[in-house]
Amino acid sequence: MSLKKTAPMTDFVANHVRSIPRSGIRDFFEIVQSMSDVVSLGIGEPDFVTPWHIREAAIYALEKGKTGYTSNLGMPRLRKSIARYVQQNYKVEYDALSEVLVAVGVSEAMDIALRAVINPGDEVLFHSPCYVSYSPSILLAHGKPVEIPTLAEDQFKLRPEALKQKITPQSKVLILNFPTNPTGAVMTREELTEIAEICHQNDLLVITDEIYSELTYGGEHCSIASLPGMRERCIFLHGFSKAFAMTGFRIGYACAPVALIEAMMRIHQYAMLCAPIVSQEAALEALENGHGDMEYMREQYQLRRNFLLNSFKEMNIPCFNAQGAFYLFPKITHTGLNSREFAIRLLEEQKVAVVPGNAFGESGEGHVRCSYATAFDQLEIAVERIGKFVRNL
Amino acid sequence: MASVSGMDQQLLKLLEENALVSPETLAKQLNLSVDEVKSRIKRLEDEKVILAYKAIVDDDKADFQKVKAVIEVRITPERGGGFNRLSDRIARYPEVTSCFLMSGGYDLLVFVEGRTLKEVAMFVSEKLSTIQGVLSTATHFMLKTYKEQGVMIEQEITEERLKVSP
Repeated sequence: MSLKKTAPMTDFVANHVRSIPRSGIRDFFEIVQSMSDVVSLGIGEPDFVTPWHIREAAIYALEKGKTGYTSNLGMPRLRKSIARYVQQNYKVEYDALSEVLVAVGVSEAMDIALRAVINPGDEVLFHSPCYVSYSPSILLAHGKPVEIPTLAEDQFKLRPEALKQKITPQSKVLILNFPTNPTGAVMTREELTEIAEICHQNDLLVITDEIYSELTYGGEHCSIASLPGMRERCIFLHGFSKAFAMTGFRIGYACAPVALIEAMMRIHQYAMLCAPIVSQEAALEALENGHGDMEYMREQYQLRRNFLLNSFKEMNIPCFNAQGAFYLFPKITHTGLNSREFAIRLLEEQKVAVVPGNAFGESGEGHVRCSYATAFDQLEIAVERIGKFVRNL
Repeated sequence: MASVSGMDQQLLKLLEENALVSPETLAKQLNLSVDEVKSRIKRLEDEKVILAYKAIVDDDKADFQKVKAVIEVRITPERGGGFNRLSDRIARYPEVTSCFLMSGGYDLLVFVEGRTLKEVAMFVSEKLSTIQGVLSTATHFMLKTYKEQGVMIEQEITEERLKVSP
């Protein structure tokens, strides 16, 4: 039997998948992995291990033989706890049994939310620099990503005029993420009210990714879903990864009016069936008894943020006073280097990993993302090395 | 009582976690000047709010031959002074590392440390039990340390964390 010359494998790959660029972070990650003795400020997850009582709840669930499927939407006990938590902390009421969906992280929740609402060619607006998945997820849902650059001089807030400029008759969805990865930007109730008005005027649906909402250092967090009339045009996404240090559990949730949850459920039930039961049990423990741990971690992040911010000040590296998440996004243009050059030279010369700002969209160029979800002794070493690096430039 | 402010308490919490943090770092964390941090620490030391700084050591790795025991002690309270005079007397022995007044079936919980089993046994039988007012003792020897002053002896492994993630 003679084998015919086989076609190159890429021929099997769908066009819209082929068009998605490799993540800038992935690239950089491979360089970092090949080096030893690197102090990393490049990590987008808490450095804390999941609090013990939460891990213990997961172990207990396994011991009791909780290893099966749950209801597609998630365990009713967990959904009730989520509804209560969202009501208490975000002042938005959702019906636990019909308006809450437990997902495999906010990543899945975002994906099914987009797939549930986008018709091919619909435009999806999002502010950038932003989390790396938004644009690819929109493309995979056959939508058209429309980036709205935000600026350091506006503390990376979404300005109403900037939003208005990008709205067209095809605009359907606006994605918000405050506090923002990678900038740490936050928006106040008053600022969000202006955005909400534009959403009403232009009949936009808002998908709000609130994954960092517990981690704010200053004013109180406000969710756009809590503003008058916004509950009906919002999909509220949240999870456990950041506030409870549970990234590996892969557990998050979506809250929205019943018609939207029902639509998301249709995708979730076939793509995922349900979130893992052990993670759901752990999440329940986090919501019911994890408040103290969360407060402790928040305090620690705040101290590190102060430390890093004051250190940048000392080194004359301009950085806006980010009020949320666990990132600082200093501007490095005065060094004469671009984001990528800065990150690569800092890595090669001083073995400190930061993420080039343009990995989060072109508007991130000229900045680097520094995560302070890093043990304090590591943070001290990083600061010392960055100091040496900028002095030697 | 010493006067301790909210800022002092924040400072103390950080020092409780790691007493070796430099004043420069503390200043940056708490948005204070370095001099202010130094003078606050000095005052807290002078006022005996901060009593001492010590290292927490894994005795096995350091190959320290130590025998540790915890002793439940029943004592007779005295008119006027209650348990204080006798407790103070017991606590002053160098073998005693900690000493607490307890509620429940006994009065004092005394932690002692020696080089050998015999040394600790001798301390209990020769010194502690013979003090006037000590009614009884029950000694429990410690076999293995899992956690010491909030620190796990076997540290958790976290090196599998990715070095860069979105």
